[in-house]
Amino acid sequence: MALQSPSLDIGGAVLVTPKPTAGGRGYWQSVGRRLRRDPVTLICAGILILLVLASIAAPYLYLADPYKTSMIRRLYPLGSPNHWLGTDELGRDMFARLIYGGRLSLFMGVTPVVCALLIGGSLGILAGFVGGKTNMAIMRIMDVFYAFPSVLLAISLSGAMGAGTENTLLSLTLVFIPPICRVSESVTTQVRGFDFVDAAKASGASAFTIVRVHVLGNVLGPILVYATSLISVAIILAAGLSFLGLGVKPPEPEWGLMLNTLRQAIYVNPVLAALPGVMIFVTSICFNLMSDGLRAAMDVKA
Amino acid sequence: MLLYALRRLIYLIPVAFGVSLLVFALVHLAPGDPISAIVPPDAPKEVVDKLKEYYGFDKPLPVQYLRWLGVTLTGDLGTSIGTGRSVASEVGSAFGNTIILAIAATLFAFTLAVILGTAAAYAKSRIVDRLVTLISLIGVSVPHFWLAIVLVIIFAVELGALPPMGIGPENSTGWKFDRAHLAHMILPTIALSVIPLGVVTRTVRSTVKETLSMEFVTALQAKGMRDSRILLHVLKNAAPTCLAVMGLQAGNLIGGSILIETVFAWPGTGFLLNSAIFRRDLPILQGTTLVLAGFFMLLNLTVDIIQTMVDPRIKRG
Repeated sequence: MALQSPSLDIGGAVLVTPKPTAGGRGYWQSVGRRLRRDPVTLICAGILILLVLASIAAPYLYLADPYKTSMIRRLYPLGSPNHWLGTDELGRDMFARLIYGGRLSLFMGVTPVVCALLIGGSLGILAGFVGGKTNMAIMRIMDVFYAFPSVLLAISLSGAMGAGTENTLLSLTLVFIPPICRVSESVTTQVRGFDFVDAAKASGASAFTIVRVHVLGNVLGPILVYATSLISVAIILAAGLSFLGLGVKPPEPEWGLMLNTLRQAIYVNPVLAALPGVMIFVTSICFNLMSDGLRAAMDVKA
Repeated sequence: MLLYALRRLIYLIPVAFGVSLLVFALVHLAPGDPISAIVPPDAPKEVVDKLKEYYGFDKPLPVQYLRWLGVTLTGDLGTSIGTGRSVASEVGSAFGNTIILAIAATLFAFTLAVILGTAAAYAKSRIVDRLVTLISLIGVSVPHFWLAIVLVIIFAVELGALPPMGIGPENSTGWKFDRAHLAHMILPTIALSVIPLGVVTRTVRSTVKETLSMEFVTALQAKGMRDSRILLHVLKNAAPTCLAVMGLQAGNLIGGSILIETVFAWPGTGFLLNSAIFRRDLPILQGTTLVLAGFFMLLNLTVDIIQTMVDPRIKRG
């Protein structure tokens, strides 16, 4: 995506290494062990957990009221007494708004990817496992969505449906279904060709059992890794939509929207105006690094 | 080769049909009546009906779609509800401005990515490799509209070295090749190129590294070829993959430019799209989306064809 976009490209075919004991406990244990030995991933996970906890617990953190405006306390610089990160263009406390902003920004970045993972993942596994006409039908529909740059699709859909959190979530989910579906389809097709699937079929296992035990165990890893790499794209896209005025509506605190409203302050207090973007940047970098770490730990080649 | 290109073009027809359906649906995703955007709520019913008839909104949806498709295929994208001008001419003039910016950003990103990626793949020291990896990580993680604002703050507000917005001096609406217009281009180009820069640097680095470990490189070294000549061979082998990724990125860049154009008030398609959304000018929204998606499709096709041309290993099945 893309945002390029952040990009939504798969970057070549995803290779699956067959694991004889599908989803066996030993595999996940070794993944966990490798993750624990990866300091970068651990630090990123720590920062993200901190951000999530802070936004969940925001009302109990004795922060200033993020909605309380004050005409005399507008655009205080960083380090002001009582407002250590200053105040925004309407005199609201920046620190409180940045922490509260994480609630919507994180929610709007993660939710579409999770929804798309459920929908796109199921569709992709269905297409890959059943094959034939079903595959054709599903994948040709996905091709249509692929004919749009991801950012354009998100903005056009949101623009047509109108601003609002629900519409943003809906359009972002639609944007992320096709790439996840494509990855799921390609890994499932590869897994279906392995001998153990034939063996299971020969021994009379039902299609559902084969998918649940043999296919899911092998494809879930690559799909999950790919989906986590989309979260950072989603966070940037969601913030971008709010930045354009297509997402969250004021006065809700949200990083993208704050970046937009603070643009008028770049001549008065430039550092302040750039602060919400720092939050987006940090979050997105952490998700990217975590996805890299997960990829390495799960030994997914992509 | 020509046959292959033709066949790919034919494959594109069903996709294009789907795209047209989706773009058509955009208008009907909009809450309320498409006509409600241009008439005051207290307008008499006859006027509303007249307008509905004029825009064809009174017919059943399939009829509307076929009529719209027929008109669109002749190159007529309708009239803007906001300005009353033809959508095709509005999108056309904006599209040129977007393309200029996109070409500049693509060239900048690709050149830098090849240099950085190759340097990292060749680097004996870990520091160079780490540094390049960091740059590409930042490239893919940075919210580019935020970077645009930061660039404006540093180079326009603090240093006053470059203009903060617009395509040229004094409300210029078209691009010209002169100093002032070039100066206006620098910041948007940099902001737009960070994402492709990050992605392509990553690809170049890994592809060159992979090629370097191939046996033919060892053979060339053994026969005593100069390193600079070997580099040429390596790059030639790595080129198809890198070109493919760059092509995809160039297309996505068109989408990404919507945000950048808004920050810099660059009169391109993104800026047009954004203002159309706020004026609820659905024909413009539709027209811009259609043109951009069409361009994206053709670009992807071109990249595919070029890739098979430069890389004989790909089967033209």
